[in-house]
Amino acid sequence: MIEINNVSKYFGDKQVLFDINTCFEEGKVNLIIGRSGSGKTVLMKCLVGLFSPEEGTVLYNNRDFHHMPDTDQRKLRAEMGMVFQGSALFDSMTIQENVMFPLDMFTDIPFEQKLERVNFCLERVDLHDVNRLYPAELSGGMMKRAAIARAIACNPRYLFCDEPNSGLDPKTALMIDELITEITHEFNITTVVNTHDLNSVITIGETISYIYQGRLEWRGSSDNVLTSDNELLNDFIYAQPLTQRIRKKL
Amino acid sequence: MDSMGIGSMLIVSIVSIAMGSVITTQTALQIESSWIPTWTVGFVSRTSIVMELCPTIISLLLVGNLGSRITAEIGSMRVTEQIDALEVMGINPASHLVLPKVLASLIVNPVLIIFSIFFALVGGYLTILITGSVSPYDFIDGLTYCFRVYDVVYALTKTFVFAFVMSTVSSFYGYRIEGGALELGKANTQGIVVSSFIILVLNVLVTQIML
Ligand SMILES: Nc1ncnc2c1ncn2[C@@H]1O[C@H](COP(=O)(O)OP(=O)(O)OP(=O)(O)O)[C@@H](O)[C@H]1O
Ligand SMILES: [Mg+2]
Repeated sequence: MIEINNVSKYFGDKQVLFDINTCFEEGKVNLIIGRSGSGKTVLMKCLVGLFSPEEGTVLYNNRDFHHMPDTDQRKLRAEMGMVFQGSALFDSMTIQENVMFPLDMFTDIPFEQKLERVNFCLERVDLHDVNRLYPAELSGGMMKRAAIARAIACNPRYLFCDEPNSGLDPKTALMIDELITEITHEFNITTVVNTHDLNSVITIGETISYIYQGRLEWRGSSDNVLTSDNELLNDFIYAQPLTQRIRKKL
Repeated sequence: MDSMGIGSMLIVSIVSIAMGSVITTQTALQIESSWIPTWTVGFVSRTSIVMELCPTIISLLLVGNLGSRITAEIGSMRVTEQIDALEVMGINPASHLVLPKVLASLIVNPVLIIFSIFFALVGGYLTILITGSVSPYDFIDGLTYCFRVYDVVYALTKTFVFAFVMSTVSSFYGYRIEGGALELGKANTQGIVVSSFIILVLNVLVTQIML
């Protein structure tokens, strides 16, 4: 479990996160939702230690991530996988080398076993015959999936996905959502997903934290996200004509 | 490393041949006097080529060539969050990316500069052959006259120092990029200007210390 306590983040004078409190549970898909620029990415980067918050703490199973000894932090990082908003595959390496990279870094198993694991992960995200291709030779959706394969290569306990299905067609987006959910349940991972995709919100959000202008505005799950009486949340959920029409029917 | 060196080979050889040719012509023109033996042309050309021109000019050329490539490579990794990805995995991106580049430069630059010296001398020799201002035998005599290993050590020392400056400064400017692709161009220019400046200043210092 990951707990966020009173986290505030500033860039210079500009405050981006305001006193955020929430938690992400083990074996579940935990969503962070909010409009563009609300601070989702910044919050996620605070979680994985790319930013350190000026105030507040991030606890992994009750241990303060930003104030633990370097060796412990490195051990914890080996248990994390992250899918970036722009995939962030290493573009000088083939897909196979990309997925194998964390295995090279954190394990000393023989090459054949690593290759087996790489192929298993690629298979798992439904990518075939891409081992020798470079990231630039894949489509956006395939890159996202390759990035997921790299993130799960080392059997992470924590998986972070920053808008894993933005910019993809609805079918592929759905496939990636399902994939993330399946992996989470299969390997009992603590998964945190940033999204503003409503389909994901309704289908995979086992816990949902809604961020509005850097503040945690609402917390719940996909069961009650459509029926809450929080004005700001409803503004977000029912922003589009389609959802407004659905709301009338509810 | 392979990608760093081979691509620069052509430009380095062309520039070196031209440089050798020009410096030899100039020297021959300045020393047209019956008081001074003609082998001096070869001797003076060699000395300027080995000790100053090749290490410094070619290092500056490589800053624009290899240095800017280092900045672009590391900078684009920064912009596309690849460096963040390394960091999340708990890998120190600085040592993982920068160290190999510095080591590669320390190998590649000296090799290129040794080639460059060779080409510059060949360029000088060809010029002598074509213009006939000095007899080729006298020129070769001059080239080999009073050859000191120390000159080569001196040239390579400079090269190593300049290679280190080039790779670290270029990496630094790529690494600290914030923002998008626009920043990349700016960082590139800054990297080249700052490396060149440091190289020129260090050139004066190293020359003072070693001679
Ligand atoms: N490195 C930074 N320096 C200064 N300000 C930043 C930095 N990164 C983000 N911000 C600011 O923080 C705010 C939140 O940005 P963030 O990237 O977290 O938004 P987001 O919710 O992820 O949006 P999107 O859905 O578009 O990805 C923005 O106003 C942005 O300008
Ligand atoms: Mg974002």
